[in-house]
Amino acid sequence: MSGPSTYEPKTGFTKWLDSRLPIIRLGWDSFVDFPTPRNLNYWWTFGGILAIFLMIQIVTGIVLAMHYVPHEAYAFDSVERIRRDVNFGWMIQSMHANGAAFFFVAVYLHMFRGLYYGSYKAPREVLWILGVVIYLLMMATAFMGYVLPWGQMSYWGAIVITNLIGALPFVGDAIREWLWGGFSVGQATLNRFFSLHYLLPFVIAGVVGLHIWALHVPGNGNPVGLDVRGGDDGKKDTLPFHPYYTVKDGFAILVYLMVFCVFVFFLPTVLGHADNFIEANPLSTPAHIVPEWYFLPFYAILRAITFDIGPIDAKLGGVLLMFGAIAILFVLPWLDTSKVRSMRYRPLTRWFFIFFVLACFGLGWCGAKNPDDYVLGIEGFKFLYFGQFLTLYYFAYFLVVLPVMGIVEKPKERPASIEAAVLGNNTNAQPAE
Amino acid sequence: MKMTRLIAAGLAALGLSAAAGAAPGDYKAPEHHHWHHSGPFGTYDRAAVQRGYQIYVEVCASCHSMDLLSFRNLGERGGPFEDERFPNANDNPLVMQLAASYTRQWDGEVDDAGDPRIRPGIPADTFPAPYENEQIARGSNNGALPPDLSVMTRARHHGTDYVRSLMLGYTDAPEGVEMGPGQYYNEYFGPISMAPQLVDGLIEYADGTEATQEQMAEDIAVFLTWAADPHQDIRKQTGLMVLLFLFVLTILVYLAYRQIWANVKH
Repeated sequence: MSGPSTYEPKTGFTKWLDSRLPIIRLGWDSFVDFPTPRNLNYWWTFGGILAIFLMIQIVTGIVLAMHYVPHEAYAFDSVERIRRDVNFGWMIQSMHANGAAFFFVAVYLHMFRGLYYGSYKAPREVLWILGVVIYLLMMATAFMGYVLPWGQMSYWGAIVITNLIGALPFVGDAIREWLWGGFSVGQATLNRFFSLHYLLPFVIAGVVGLHIWALHVPGNGNPVGLDVRGGDDGKKDTLPFHPYYTVKDGFAILVYLMVFCVFVFFLPTVLGHADNFIEANPLSTPAHIVPEWYFLPFYAILRAITFDIGPIDAKLGGVLLMFGAIAILFVLPWLDTSKVRSMRYRPLTRWFFIFFVLACFGLGWCGAKNPDDYVLGIEGFKFLYFGQFLTLYYFAYFLVVLPVMGIVEKPKERPASIEAAVLGNNTNAQPAE
Repeated sequence: MKMTRLIAAGLAALGLSAAAGAAPGDYKAPEHHHWHHSGPFGTYDRAAVQRGYQIYVEVCASCHSMDLLSFRNLGERGGPFEDERFPNANDNPLVMQLAASYTRQWDGEVDDAGDPRIRPGIPADTFPAPYENEQIARGSNNGALPPDLSVMTRARHHGTDYVRSLMLGYTDAPEGVEMGPGQYYNEYFGPISMAPQLVDGLIEYADGTEATQEQMAEDIAVFLTWAADPHQDIRKQTGLMVLLFLFVLTILVYLAYRQIWANVKH
């Protein structure tokens, strides 16, 4: 979709530079002239929002690292010192902690967008896979970042998560000790987590570069899921990225930032856990160890397996299923057999998708609750059973619904082109498949 | 519109799940109380923080440390003894006087001969801890460790309400509750090693306020809230300005968006 470059250097310097390092041309072709489908809705603004939040996290993180002390005895106090004594430390720390949460809100909306509009389908499989890689890196980064304040949840969360690795047969113990740098979560663990927490965001930035590169080869998808037409017709389907989408993304980013600022300035600790204001204490286990909210659905999947499956014991089964829940996203492009990208034209699958989103929220709810408590107080209906049911649906959506529906479902009639969809002119509609 | 509603709903759900992570325990949830610093415009009740400090010094400090606080914090912006004439709290005579009322060895300081240096406190010193180490603290409290109070109101859900409720929550133990040696029963905690502290007229407030149990419980809760979050007032003030700025900018960008897209069907 990125056609011939339209950049024309005007001054002597830019002509000179363009023949040596065409970096202005790259920027022009990628972010100014880039042809973008004219019908993108607000769900397409989260890519830009995510880029902004990656920058916020890196900038605030670099400042925090100047004051943070990665030491068992000082880490907790050094974070408090940042909040109390560093100039604007209270704001920078709050932006970083809440920024992680808002980063995940945006990435989940971005991913749901991709699932609904079929953004993972040919020719965008690599784009999607790179996105899943970014998501995995984000989870690793967020997990290690949460350990750094060295509160009770930091410490015990680190123990729970690293112990998952220990469930792997034969190699589990060795890998776990290697991760810990010792025989328990301690000084060595904290120090290396700090190092990796500083490293990974730059790896993320690199993969984001690849993600955008892979995006700019086929171009954006769009809500009707039709390809931009070739030749001059393509011009009618698209608009240059600037100013049309810079201003639309800019507006969305500002709205999102306002919600973010409400949390940064007025509810700075509401998304966290009170126990993390108690310094890590290896001798006192918190009553309930819960991960940060953005991991809760996976926590529920982990805890859903309470029974042995042949040679696989319950713990390993839970771990495999939890990793499987993410791994399955890598093969998603080949699980969905439908050629129709957008759920708008998939009347049945659309409902399965809506229930999938509800199942993800439901799993998050189960992850936050004690598995033996009753859902809505209904006698006998344990959160455990609810979580197991939702886990089943989560996997069934990918392994049964998407492969089967592509074959049995009759999609609705689609417009002839993006232009036709926008103008409501549907005379040349494509016949339903 | 649809999107913002969805985001709002999502965030609300997250808030719920975050709160749901709390261990409710088998005891009463803290009683909700309205505070001067509640809400986006609320600021600390300065007089209450001052009175709370007095209670801390005269009552709580005999068992509880506040390691993260220094005397200078009392005179810093938003602090209870802030004085515009002394933008550097270390110069504030009231703060200097409060610090100097303690004479001891600070942070293991030694003199040139290596002997403990005993001197009056200065504003840069941290609040003195009541016990030298954990073992001594436990030894003096039936084996229980009085927790550090620096971030106590953030370390408990609804911390300000919690502290007030706890102070007023002592009752006779219900039947069947097993009490350890030297323990008391508190509706909001269960068996607790801290004896009930507040009785009417326990202290004489410097500002002449009548020291009822209720009053003291409120004041100590406000003081500890300030101690855990000393920049709250400036945080909210800054937040309002930031939101106002973002709001105006958002309107302008929205108008630009409308203008740019005015003649484009999409």
